[in-house]
Formats: sequence, C-alpha cells, structure tokens
Amino acid sequence: MKRGNGFLTAGLLLTCVLTALILVGFFWTPYDPNAMAVGGKFDGPSLAHWMGTDNFGRDIFSRVLKGTGTTVSIALVTLAIGAVCGCLVGALTGYFGGPADGLLMRLNDALTAFPSILLALVVISILEPGKKANVILALGLVFIPSFARVTRTAFAGLRDVNFIKSARLMGAGSVRILAVHMLPNMLSVLLPALTIGFNNAVLAEASMSFLGIGVTPPDASLGYMLSEAQGMLFAAPWYALGTGLVIVLLVFSVGLLGEGLRRRDKGVL
Amino acid sequence: MKKKLLALLLLLGLLSTVLCGCGDGSAEKAADEGQTSGSENQEAPGTADHPAEITVGIAQDLDESLDPHKAVAAGTKEVMFNVFEGLMKPTPEGDLIPAVAEKYEISDDQLVYTFTIRDGIKFHNGSPVTAGDVVNSITRCIAPYEADVLAVEALSAVDKVITAEDDRTVQIRLKEPNTEFLSYLTLAILPADYDQQDTAPVGTGPFKFVSRAAQDSIVLERFEDYWGEGAYLDKVTFKIIENADSILMSLQSGAVDMFAHLTSTQVAQLGDGFNIEEGTMNLVQAMYLNNAEKPFDDVRVRQALCYAVDRQQILDLAFDGYGSLIGSSMYPAFGKYFDDSLTNHYSHDVEKAKALLADAGYPDGFAMTITVPSNYQPHIDTAQVIVEQLREVGVTAEIQLVEWGTWLSDVYAGRQFQSTVVGVDASTMTARALLERFTSSASNNFINYNNEEYDAFFQQAVTAADDETRTAAYKQAEANLTENAANVYIQDLADLVAVRKGLEGVRFYPIYVLDLAGIRRTA
Repeated sequence: MKRGNGFLTAGLLLTCVLTALILVGFFWTPYDPNAMAVGGKFDGPSLAHWMGTDNFGRDIFSRVLKGTGTTVSIALVTLAIGAVCGCLVGALTGYFGGPADGLLMRLNDALTAFPSILLALVVISILEPGKKANVILALGLVFIPSFARVTRTAFAGLRDVNFIKSARLMGAGSVRILAVHMLPNMLSVLLPALTIGFNNAVLAEASMSFLGIGVTPPDASLGYMLSEAQGMLFAAPWYALGTGLVIVLLVFSVGLLGEGLRRRDKGVL
Repeated sequence: MKKKLLALLLLLGLLSTVLCGCGDGSAEKAADEGQTSGSENQEAPGTADHPAEITVGIAQDLDESLDPHKAVAAGTKEVMFNVFEGLMKPTPEGDLIPAVAEKYEISDDQLVYTFTIRDGIKFHNGSPVTAGDVVNSITRCIAPYEADVLAVEALSAVDKVITAEDDRTVQIRLKEPNTEFLSYLTLAILPADYDQQDTAPVGTGPFKFVSRAAQDSIVLERFEDYWGEGAYLDKVTFKIIENADSILMSLQSGAVDMFAHLTSTQVAQLGDGFNIEEGTMNLVQAMYLNNAEKPFDDVRVRQALCYAVDRQQILDLAFDGYGSLIGSSMYPAFGKYFDDSLTNHYSHDVEKAKALLADAGYPDGFAMTITVPSNYQPHIDTAQVIVEQLREVGVTAEIQLVEWGTWLSDVYAGRQFQSTVVGVDASTMTARALLERFTSSASNNFINYNNEEYDAFFQQAVTAADDETRTAAYKQAEANLTENAANVYIQDLADLVAVRKGLEGVRFYPIYVLDLAGIRRTA
C-alpha cells in the first residue's frame, strides 16, 4: 500500500501552500489591509497590487491574506465546537442508547431539517449580531447535529464488537472505553467528516458575512469581501474573481485532503 | 477517479457561483425584458411616430393602498407626488405656491385662511373640483373616521373647515395662529364621492393613474386637462427593481430610462449613455457624539475629532467626490438658514487634534465605538473611512453594526451609544425641525447636547416676531453647535439621478419627491 495517493499528495500540497499564506498574512501583508488611498481606487491587477484595489483604494491581495486568516480561524473554532460537542452527543447516544438516544436523535432530526444557514441566522439574531464570537458560537451550534449523527453510528457499531466487550469484562470504565478503545477506531469516519465540516464552515462563514451578519467592517473576511465585490462587478470584476477564487481553492484543497484520507483508509487508490 | 475529481471541481464552482450570485436571476430577467421592450426606448422617446414614453426604475413597491391619505412609505409619496396635489404645492426652491387653490387670504389675526379654488380645475375622472371636495379631504385627515387613514397631527390646530359663499371658496379657521400652517396644506385633495382611491387613485396632478401590477409596475399617463403647464411626457411606467445589481443592468440594457437615488459606485459603472444629475438628499450626515458620555463630555475631545476627520477625503473615498460639506445641523438646500462660513470651521489638522487630545488628558488617544445602522451602506462606508482617519491621531475606533430597529431603540430612544454615523432629516420644511432636537430638554435630543447659550438662541428664534430676527437667531444657534463641536458634521449626501441621454428636466426639491412633469426630450 505504499503507492502514491494522488488526492492526498495534491491536497496536502495545496493545503500547505494556503496555510503558509495564511500564517504570513497574520504577521505581514504587502500593504496595510485597511489603508485607503484616494488616488488608487479600482486599480486593476498589477505588479504593485496583485489582485487590484477596491472602492477605497485598499490592496485586495493584502485584504485577502488577512481575510482568509479570519475566515479560516472562524471555521476552525466552529469546527472544534461542532466536533467536540457532536462527538460527546454521539458517544452518549450511540454507546448507551436508551430513551436519551431516541430523544436526542429525534431532536437531531428536527434540527437537520432546517437549512443550516437559517438555523445559524436564528441563533445569531438571539445572541446579538455583529460580534465575531457570536458568529463562531452560532455556527458551532449548527454543526453539532451532523457530527452527532456520524459519530453515533460509529459508536453504536462498535458497542457490541468483541474487543469492546472484553474491555468491559475486564472492568474498564465507560469513559476509558469510549476514549481509549472506541475513539481511535473511528478516526476513519471522523477525519473525512472533519474535512467536509471544515469546508462547510468556510462556506457558512462566507455566506454569513456575505449576508452582513458576520464580521464587521473594516475587518476583512472572504465572505464580507465577496459581498462588497458584488456591488462592483462591472467596476472591479477582479475583486469578486480574486476573492471567489481563494474560497474555491480553500474548499478544494481541504476537500482533496479529505478524499485522500478516505481513500488511504479504505485502501483504494 | 478523473470523473470524481471533475465532479468535485464542478460542485465547488457551483457553490461559489451561488455564493457570489444571489439574485442574478432577476438581473437576467430584467436584461431579457430590456431586449424586447427596450428597443424603442434606446433612442430618446417622443419622435414623431412614437409618443413620448419613458420607464422609470424605483427600488421598492408602493404601499398596498395608493390612497394618499393612507400612504406611509416615502417611496409611495415620492411617486404619487405626480398624481396628487393639495391646495398648495411645494416648488423646487422650497417655497409654496397655490395649486388646487388659485389664491388665498390670511386674516390679520392669522386665524382664518380663505382659499379660492382654481376656476375650471378638474379631477382625473373629469368631475370638477368643488369646495365640498376640499372640505371633505381636509376633515378626513383631522380626525380620521375611515380605517387606515392617517391623522395629520398639525391639522389638529384646525377649528373648523367650511365652504363659504359659493362653491369655490373654502374657509379654514384655526384655534390659534400657526406660522407654519400653510406647509401642511400640501395635503392631497380628492373627490368626495369616489371610493376607489386604494386601487385606482384620482387626483388633480399633472399625471393620472392608469394601472398597477403589484411588485412589478405602475403606469401613469399625462393628464390633458391639467390646470397648469402640464407634463411633457405622454406616459410614464414605474418599474420596480428591488435587486440593487439589476438596477445597473436594466439601465444599460435600455429597460429603464431613469433611476433616482443611485450610489456613486453605481453611477461610475453606468457608462456614456446617461446624464447624471446631482441633487442633495437633504440630510445632515454626521458622526453624532453622545455629549454625556466620556470622553465626549469634554469639548476639547469633540473638537479634536473634528480636526482629525478629513471630510473631503471621505467624499473622495466613499462617494467619488459627490456630496456637499456641511459644518452644522443645516443643509445647503435650506439657503435661508444655511451658513456656509461654518462649513470650514474645522479644517483637517492632525497636529492640532493631537494637541487638543493631549490637553484633554488623552495624549495616547482612546478607544471608542461607532454604532452604524447596518442597512445604510453610505453610512457604513463613511464610518470605515473615519476609523482609518482616527487611527492617525491615536484613537482606535471600532464599528458596531446594528439593525435599524435596534438603532432606533438603543441609540435614538435609549441614548446608549458613544458615537454613531447617520443622516438626520427634517420632518417638515422648517429650521425648527432640524434645530429643536439640540435644546437641552428636547425629547429627541439623542446626543444629550446641553448648552444654555444654545437654548437661549433657540428660544429667541421661536419667539421672534419678525423673520429677520428669527433667521439671525437660528444662525447663531447653528454657530453654537459648530463652535462647541456638538457632532462631527460631515456632509449632505448627493442624490444622484441617472437619466438616459436625450432626456432632460430633472428637478430637485427640498423634500423627497420624484417630479416627472418637467422631464422632456432635449430640444
């Protein structure tokens, strides 16, 4: 099984490049992402401004670097909330079963029936919009049901497997069984779920900011920039293209990574 | 494997298209319509073979009822201004001229107004305007007895409305004198015996109502029997285009010939086929400061902010140079009260701002929040530029976007804010409407301005016997606001109207209307 896995290699490569760019963006950008210039409004892409400038004369490339960082960090924290809470719910319902299982899973069904953005909108309007922490919290909550569902199936499937039964006979506690014996055995389920979840989180943050309830100006985030770009499609088409391209690349790279991981674990190439 | 990769790519492409193209559908629709109906509109309308017809885009549908006494939305009044008239009507200069009335007399004690109705004036349905119609229209709004008719508060000053002598004379008696009373008589005059106002309104204006398709369009036609000069155009179709992105496409494709209240970014993208007329929105846009809140309770801090903000740069960056700078709570369209010498009282000066801040005990600046209603992009853009400019003097400002409802309850009513960027307008065409709010006891004094001198000036203006004293006192009050840096005054926003080349005659008013009677083909 040591043959190259195209998906994994390509995904890793692309992700590494993007991660490097994001890290650079945290500490250094070619221009101050918020600095405005009266003379330089709507300049097309050039050597000085790789992605052109926007309606305030701000350098789009610098803003994309910063904005990608914002978007990705929101996505990661969101994912963490969703995955950890989702796993907990999944473990409790999947491993123990019983009436709590039925109740939580029906609740889960009800929540998944709503489009996730709609649900996040409801949560955010209750929490007070315009705060980054609230966007993260709202998105995180919305991501719990899907993780709970995926992990519940895995936990339930492992519950009656022999090695778990042996562990139980040896007197291992539930927590130990769940954490030490079960969790490592469901990574093949969890990893792809995480990569897909990450992509959804990126898109969700983008759409939330696009709708004007995510980050507040003048902070940059990919979604917010895209919504700004929408009003200038004719004056500055490069704005929407550049920003959109980065979102596509981001989602694509992690998607490749996830697919690669899935294939490696399944032994398919 | 290749197939899957391709599918994944396509899916991602699709997702991003969905994300950046919300509402493209309607844009395409508008563009399609432009090809079918726009062909005759491409050239200036009104050639010998074609009657003069234009299509005007509006950004929102009108109120459900078209009855002018029930209209709530500014957008409805704006359009129906062409259909209805009152005894008096406003002019672009901000004066009032008799419309349905031919002339009027005011008794010496200022209590009795006698109007003579114009000879031979007719409603759109052909019936003549009688004194009975006028009495009925006014009493209808004093104490409404019909559902949804809005009471006009100022009319509560009316003691009684009677028809006197003949069918052409109406007398209005007031309980007490009111110098602003005439400006409320722009109230629409409607036929008394007509009950279809909601769906097929009838008035006396230069255009008559033809038809309406909800969410789509309203059609008006020239009224041949109009008493005055009348309209030049034969037919006007108001097309509702709610999606901001389709506005440009509709204009460019020829589906729409005229659109008001555009942004400078939209105008910049329009190209050569249009003339851009620039009026003003009649708003006092400022960064309003909560004068009761630290650190803005210190006049030096407020002045420092005035010096720190470069207003011309705001216009250049966020409005492509459009807009008129102001220096106090008065906009230029109010020529009589506007004092241009206040406009440049504070010129951009970073050093001076820093010195004032150091003087006030903030040598390293401070952090502040600017609350901005999230549905007004011009104010958000302005705030973004201000944040950048304040950084230069060491002040760290953070923008907090709130919904309009929250802004009204927390900022305007609750006064829970540090600073906010909005535009304040005048509810009536009087200086009082703009300046009364800064008196210390005013219920709408949301910036908590408290200045004895100001209160005195205002009192002097209100109680002044003659116009000259009044105007002078109002101007002193304005200067007081400027000197004490009550707010960081910025500009009166530009109202940009795009009109297809070959058309002319856009008229701007000090109130929010879209007058089409003057629009004609270029000679």
